[in-house]
Amino acid sequence: MTAADLSLVKTEADALFARKRIYTVAFPAIVLAYFVYIFFAFDIAGLTKRANWDNAVTLASDSWSYKTHVTRDNRSGEMSYAVEGERKGAYPEGQRPDWVSGDDIITIDLGGDTIVRLLPEQRTEIEVPGFGLIEAQAEGRTITTNLSGDAPDWINASNRRVAITTPEGRVTITGSKTEVFNYFPGWELFWFTFDSPYHGHGVFEILLGDRIDPTRPNVAGAVSDWWNNAMWRHKDVAWAIGETILMAFLGTMGAAIIALPLAFMAAKRFAPVMIVRAATRRLFDFVRGVDALIWTVVLARAFGPGPLTGTLAILITDTGTFGKIFSEALENVDQKQIEGVASTGAKPLQRYRFGVIPQIVPILLAQILYFLESNTRSATIIGAITGGGIGLMLTQAIQTQKDWEEVAYYIVLIIAMVMAMDSFSGWLRGKLIGRRD
Amino acid sequence: MTDATLAAAQGRQTVDSIQTSYMAQVQRRRLYGGLALLIFVVLMVSGFNVADDRNAGGFWDGLHQIGDYPAEVLAEAWEKRADLPALIVKFFPALVETINIAAVSTLIGAAAGLILSLLSTRGLARWPRLIPVFRRSMDIMRAVPEIVIALVLIFVLGGGPVPAMIAIAIHTAGALGKMFSEVAENADLKPVEGLASTGANWSQRMWLGVLPQVAPNYLSYALLRFEINIRASAILGFVGAGGLGYELRNAMAWGPGRFDEAAAIFILLFGTIVFFDQISSRYRNRLTEGHNA
Repeated sequence: MTAADLSLVKTEADALFARKRIYTVAFPAIVLAYFVYIFFAFDIAGLTKRANWDNAVTLASDSWSYKTHVTRDNRSGEMSYAVEGERKGAYPEGQRPDWVSGDDIITIDLGGDTIVRLLPEQRTEIEVPGFGLIEAQAEGRTITTNLSGDAPDWINASNRRVAITTPEGRVTITGSKTEVFNYFPGWELFWFTFDSPYHGHGVFEILLGDRIDPTRPNVAGAVSDWWNNAMWRHKDVAWAIGETILMAFLGTMGAAIIALPLAFMAAKRFAPVMIVRAATRRLFDFVRGVDALIWTVVLARAFGPGPLTGTLAILITDTGTFGKIFSEALENVDQKQIEGVASTGAKPLQRYRFGVIPQIVPILLAQILYFLESNTRSATIIGAITGGGIGLMLTQAIQTQKDWEEVAYYIVLIIAMVMAMDSFSGWLRGKLIGRRD
Repeated sequence: MTDATLAAAQGRQTVDSIQTSYMAQVQRRRLYGGLALLIFVVLMVSGFNVADDRNAGGFWDGLHQIGDYPAEVLAEAWEKRADLPALIVKFFPALVETINIAAVSTLIGAAAGLILSLLSTRGLARWPRLIPVFRRSMDIMRAVPEIVIALVLIFVLGGGPVPAMIAIAIHTAGALGKMFSEVAENADLKPVEGLASTGANWSQRMWLGVLPQVAPNYLSYALLRFEINIRASAILGFVGAGGLGYELRNAMAWGPGRFDEAAAIFILLFGTIVFFDQISSRYRNRLTEGHNA
């Protein structure tokens, strides 16, 4: 190697290094500049103002706890006790929580020495440890209290409405009613509502104990009451999850069945006519490009909301995706096996069946099973748009902004569902085509 | 002589027994295959019937109406075809927002997925004992549908692109992390060992020893994700996260009279998806087959 060659190599290497140096600075700089642009385009600075942290606190605390409402109608003096203040969660006539006592003077022990007394003539007394006794009197629409002007910020008092929030619970007093909220951890009435005879009985009592409801066997009755629980709607939730999985299953399998013959038409080796090939490929590109969102919108107009619409949206979109993947797999099949089958005098259809299909089945199955899992997620999202399955229940629960424990329940179920589908498809793949490693 | 006939008879016997057992095997295989097919067909048919029953409108009633809505939209858009370019310009910022959501979430998700993947790959992990922890967390990130996180964040942060961005980024981190870690498992460990012998710390070993090997595959997966994320960000817009999906929902809610807007949005969305689909598949081919392809 001469000196001239060496210097040429050196200049080349120097140029390469210089280029690499520029890249290492330029690429992060471009990304950084893009993030700065996004910072302003998405108005990240204004986010802290728009964000509602009270919502976050409600969400975080409500998702793992529930509250029991004790309500006195200040007009009629009638008392009611209900979990979450819902009629479905109301205590039956003549029953009330054991932390409520007294007849003329109703004493509510919120715990931690915080005690609320509902006295006759619409009077209310609240004992808060470390603060003292708060007295309130409702007369018509006005509320008079013993609170002075400079109340702490956990008390919100006007002459129309008084709201007191303590760590143990909350009291709101208006002219029409006095409400006391007592918070407890857990998901109350998850198994049985108050109207079920099995409420308050343990597992062993139901399984092994005497018959609780004389008309039914314990297990059958308990399962039926749990299944028809009006508060948590286990039946509807199970149906919704079933619908979501159904959408994913039907959509994926239907798409695979339709895409397989079409893929032969799009593969160079099996479709010698250019026009057919190009037309099929454009068809795949088209249905894929239109996207599940638009298909959902269009199909919902024809079929109405429901699982069928979601199924068809997944089916149509994935026909395009599968068609593309399958035709690529078909392009790469080994010709030798087909020739071998042809040499035995096999007809074209037999050549496909025994020469081609066995070669592409592992790829096909792997893709189909992968899509089955990913479509379970898509079906949740499509369900939220088109109105079917667990996606819809989740959106409704979030939009009512009330039952965050139900939202948490649905989220847990959705994650469990997707993970179950993931491991199921992984297991099936292992059974059918063997583990990859 | 007697030995030879005996051997031949035995030979025939074994051939016969092999043949019968083979035929029995084939028959059993066919039976199982047929049963599996039967179960599959029953599942498909009954599943279709259940879906049809629980749908608001039936399949056979709706089938001939499939073309009605696109026809209405197209007819109205054709009537007002002069306005179409103006509408496309009007909705272009929404399109940019949709693409931005996808791009930012892909960047953030890919960065997080990169770190997670290296932390959860055998042989490369910083803390080998924590591999299952990182794997599980990626599984969970992957399993949560974007809409769940997006809806919860919309409730807290208000509508707009940020909830969608975070939701898609979390899912992307989980999905890319898994694919990245599969690639990283096949990486050659010799450069890593060489770097380790010079006293390089973990991040230097990863940056200089592993990344150059896996970068083409990582980029290819990230591009594929970007394409998927554009679709996801359009869909999330539909539930209130801004961008093109949000505009589409508004235009749809107006019904007839605003179909020209819906048509403009359809065109933009379709064009964008096809455009990025083509670009990403071209670059992915180049990345995985070498620069000269």
